[in-house]
Amino acid sequence: MLKIHPKVKENTEIADAIYKLVLEGDFPQNEFKPGKFLHVKCSDGLDPLLRRPMSICDISDDAKSMTVLYRSEGRGTQLMSQWQAGREVDILAPLGNNFDLDNLEAGSKVVLVGGGIGVPPLYYLGRKLKEKGHEIVSILGFNSSKDVFYEQEFSSFSEKVYITTVDGTQGMKGFVTHALADLGEDNWDVLYSCGPTAMLKALQGEVSADKTAYMSLEERMGCGVGACLACVCKYSEGFERDKNYSRVCTEGPVYDIREVQL
Amino acid sequence: MLKSLSVSRSETTIAGITMKNPIMPASGCFGFGKEYARFYDLSLLGGIAIKATSLEPREGNWTPRVAETHAGMLNSIGLQNPGVEKVIEDELEFLSKYDTKIFANVAGHTLEDYVTTCKILSESGKVNAIELNVSCPNVKDGILFGSDEDSLEKLTSAVKNAISIPLFIKLSPNVTNIVNMAKACERGGADGLALINTLLGMRIDLKTKKPVLARGSGGLSGPAIKPVAIRMVYEVSKVVNLPIVGMGGIQSLDDILEFLYAGASAVAIGTANFVEPTVAPDLIAQLDKYLEDNNINSVTELVGLAWKEKVS
Repeated sequence: MLKIHPKVKENTEIADAIYKLVLEGDFPQNEFKPGKFLHVKCSDGLDPLLRRPMSICDISDDAKSMTVLYRSEGRGTQLMSQWQAGREVDILAPLGNNFDLDNLEAGSKVVLVGGGIGVPPLYYLGRKLKEKGHEIVSILGFNSSKDVFYEQEFSSFSEKVYITTVDGTQGMKGFVTHALADLGEDNWDVLYSCGPTAMLKALQGEVSADKTAYMSLEERMGCGVGACLACVCKYSEGFERDKNYSRVCTEGPVYDIREVQL
Repeated sequence: MLKSLSVSRSETTIAGITMKNPIMPASGCFGFGKEYARFYDLSLLGGIAIKATSLEPREGNWTPRVAETHAGMLNSIGLQNPGVEKVIEDELEFLSKYDTKIFANVAGHTLEDYVTTCKILSESGKVNAIELNVSCPNVKDGILFGSDEDSLEKLTSAVKNAISIPLFIKLSPNVTNIVNMAKACERGGADGLALINTLLGMRIDLKTKKPVLARGSGGLSGPAIKPVAIRMVYEVSKVVNLPIVGMGGIQSLDDILEFLYAGASAVAIGTANFVEPTVAPDLIAQLDKYLEDNNINSVTELVGLAWKEKVS
């Protein structure tokens, strides 16, 4: 696949500066797996020059529709927020590795931990894990009430949804790690996380060494296909491969939570 | 007759290397080809300038390694590569199945470093030319050889004497007078030149008030630097009698034509690969069509038209 030109079906603001982009095209679920990412061309001209990596929030079961949630912040995503229905988009996809959904014991207790714009890929993952019969708790962290999105959507497959906000304006005051402590390690078997580096770093410190836990990284990227070596991070001790550096776009973005240094 | 003409319109020979077209991906913007072989047949390319290779493996710089700028980007990758032995064993072995010309970009710390690495690559039989990287702004001593005429001449001649394949020197634009650098290469016995490498630049993060790149400064590439590159190719090609691989911000056929008119015999595409993975074969097809549509028998006819007297 790699180069696709889907059409914009919907592009609406669902929380403060958070947009829901629905694309129409052909997105076979055996290729567009949870955790894989898109490299999106935001501009027709030279500003911004580079593509923007974005996660896949959902693929419809008929594979005809893909949902992408993004935060309109920089120049590229500001341009995206102007996209109208019918527009053809230039995307490289699906890229990177994906979340492991197949090696879980039947009826596993799963906890999804997302922070900010790291929340979206966990939605598609959670939906698929639920289909496989696993039990899910979701912990979604935001800065403030105005930033919260997809609480209801996550409720559709979660036993429980924790919302945390840094300023305490909604849900639990504090960070996702507080909610995770509240849940207790005995109450989950597998953890999947995605969010800002500070959040993932905190999780690296919190999660016990014997627990199965994954993280998906957000990283500045150049090419998105493994050539430019911009989005690298260093393997942790004991996880080194033949190289010391791992390319987030190619060996990642999903890693064992202890695999790379943040 | 006409058919064979149309096939060969794009063909060019530089420093004794015959390329099916004058277009290659630039070093550092194409890895060692594997990533782009998923998108198209690498045999379509006139050549490939592989990622800079050094004697020993290099880890590269800490992140962030890239920062976007208006119509360009800054990078400070820091010559991350697995070292020459592994490059030959894995990467060049992979590339050997493609029918294209391999330009091995070589980086080093010292003269001995450069000579040894180039010799090993030349003797491997797996590369068609050396492209000496005397101009990387992202390592401590990378730019040293590229900014001092005497060192550059000595380095050129030492490497030239150690290898049996054509030697290209990739020049830095971060000098007062690039023509003098080019002349030093010519005196040292270079077979060709590649210009330009990236321009030193910096961006400051408005939130942290510190440089965006972990290393502070980095190399600016992309469309933003094209006018600088064109000017340098023009100046150098007028006075130095060596074929030039021109590069700096090429995105379109028009950009390629500008470089050819300025005096480049071939061109390299860099940053554009990151944006459009198929840009090289796309532009190769466009150049073929342009030559045919305009009834130009050979791309070589376009080289240096910006300053050459019209012969007809």
